[in-house]
Amino acid sequence: MVIKPAAVRSGRGDEEGNVVDQEKKTLGYYPGCELRTRAQALDISARKACESLGITLQELKDWTCCGGLVAQVKDNYMALLAPARVLLQAHTQGFNELATLCAFCFNTLRRASFFLERHPEARRKLATFLEVEMLPQVRVLHLLEVLRDRVGFDRIRAAVRRPLQGLRVAPYYGCLLLRPAQEISLDDPEEPTLMEGLLKALGCDVVDFRSRTDCCGSYHIVTNQGVAAQCAQVILHSAVDAKADFLVASCPVCQFNLDWSQAGHGNTGVPVVYFPQLLALALGEPAETLGFDERGAAMLREGS
Amino acid sequence: MSLLLSLGRKDGLAKEVAALSEQNLYACYQCGKCTAGCPVASIMDDPPHQIVRFLQLGDADKALKSSTPWACVGCLTCASFCPKGVDLARIMEALRTVRLRRLDAPFRYTQEDGEWLSNLPQSAVVAAMRKVTW
Amino acid sequence: MFQEEKITASKEAHAPLGETARIYIMGKSHDVPQGLTILKAMEYAGYRLVRGVGCRGGFCGACATVYRKAGDFRLQVGLACQTGIEDGMYLAQIPFYPAPKPLYDIRELTPSAETLFRFFPELARCIQCNTCAKVCPQGLDVMRYIAAAQQGDLRKVAELSFDCLSCGLCVSRCPAEVAHYHVGMLARRLCGAHLVPKAAHLRTRLQEIREGGFEEELDKYCSMDKQTLQGLYAQRVIEPEE
Repeated sequence: MVIKPAAVRSGRGDEEGNVVDQEKKTLGYYPGCELRTRAQALDISARKACESLGITLQELKDWTCCGGLVAQVKDNYMALLAPARVLLQAHTQGFNELATLCAFCFNTLRRASFFLERHPEARRKLATFLEVEMLPQVRVLHLLEVLRDRVGFDRIRAAVRRPLQGLRVAPYYGCLLLRPAQEISLDDPEEPTLMEGLLKALGCDVVDFRSRTDCCGSYHIVTNQGVAAQCAQVILHSAVDAKADFLVASCPVCQFNLDWSQAGHGNTGVPVVYFPQLLALALGEPAETLGFDERGAAMLREGS
Repeated sequence: MSLLLSLGRKDGLAKEVAALSEQNLYACYQCGKCTAGCPVASIMDDPPHQIVRFLQLGDADKALKSSTPWACVGCLTCASFCPKGVDLARIMEALRTVRLRRLDAPFRYTQEDGEWLSNLPQSAVVAAMRKVTW
Repeated sequence: MFQEEKITASKEAHAPLGETARIYIMGKSHDVPQGLTILKAMEYAGYRLVRGVGCRGGFCGACATVYRKAGDFRLQVGLACQTGIEDGMYLAQIPFYPAPKPLYDIRELTPSAETLFRFFPELARCIQCNTCAKVCPQGLDVMRYIAAAQQGDLRKVAELSFDCLSCGLCVSRCPAEVAHYHVGMLARRLCGAHLVPKAAHLRTRLQEIREGGFEEELDKYCSMDKQTLQGLYAQRVIEPEE
């Protein structure tokens, strides 16, 4: 099996080439557990930003955990149960599209959806276990592609009330937003431009940042913290070299790993923020309401 | 002198790993790009391409005993670099699965670990518990 | 768990003809009268229960039972004191499944997901299979309250787990070995101690007691003889007339 070079997905059509309703502005929304506990800033700032831009995020009722990383072996059906349940719930509540913010949840749900589409045996078994006729198809989206394709960076630029001029930002994708390319199809896995496009529209100075698709160490923060520190340090040094004021992420684990490794191993002084925090800020929301931590807030004051 | 490459050479495990991961292990021609891109290769017993080599030679035992599959977090840098489209993360997961299904996991947690676990991001803890322990 | 003391009097003399049901207790068949609860049926069959029995009123959760009906693969659950027997029932009382019960001072804890994870790190292992809810004799949405626990929504955990009897059936079947009822208990306690507003009238009354406002009345009753007390009790106003 040869992988074709991943092309930037235009986002204008679905897999069958049908044009997706560009005007649809109410989306089913799946926050994920972290956005209710440690990463509330990501949730709050995204909601505020979406409200400003006329997008309604309608949260799924009574949602359960997405399952935290999709099983990558052929027959681990129990591990697919969690994402299948979320997709089923979305469908039952009337959504055929589900927007996510947390990279873990996005990757898990998108890949699970991709896997289920192509493995009828898994679909059948899970449908039987979940006691439904069949598993529905639900399109899993990330807010970044909604902003690029349904709102458009030009409209965002026009809506900016406080351009973040002079703020040097390093867009950090990590792995889960982009890989595996043929399943995720959000952007080019080696030369992405999605976050750059958004941040430029906000007026930021986007720095050339070598480690933007490097892994932060992921769950090694649990099992082998030395490795997580090593991975994070590579990224942080890269950001420092590029003289970034902020690292911009979309994943609570990346945010934690990068932040934590700074505290323990010499503060490099590059706060890690979530992209909706900067988006909401640029759209005019007061900084105090967007969950910036002390260092983040200090950096904003310095920059302004 | 000739060497027969066979997944079933020593035992059926290499075949099982290939089946679980749905990967064609013989597509790999040992270029080493995966190892070059792997962010955690420095802590692995055997580099990723070597693991594939063990399996190609039918020696699943070496691959199973290695610390390599447990160091992999599935960042997929390897898979995106591979010119033949071999998904090494899937192979690593298949190796972990074989051991986990034998209830042989290198990581275990007890109630005492709750203190430091609760200070870590939940997604990471959930993922770790699914991938490296039973 | 059970001491099998066979009752020597003949069972056949007590059970009217044609109204017995055949049930299987741990593999052995017994003919018992229809209309009994599982608990009564086991005692009729000669078992003297010293464990796995409690209030007999459907409230303490001690008598959780797993059973299967003839011809069906499904495992059903219920409380032995509340569930009636049927012909062809296969019964098994579940033993107490040891679940981790942490020690803590509720006043020192913060009401958050972190606290729950600290005492129950296995919460992260939940795979959302819903076996817990399927096996709950109270019909609670156990999976949802575990999800609420993961999301730090303690009030929701308290609400959804309110009718939990701590029977432990969920723990017995959970593939992730989560101790649901202990999680629920901790969440409810955290809610009560930290989240729910304190009852002002209770505080007032406690203050009144501390200040000795009821000492005189208590002394009066304490010094009475039993007969006078009984007389007063018999004449007490049960429902005040408006």
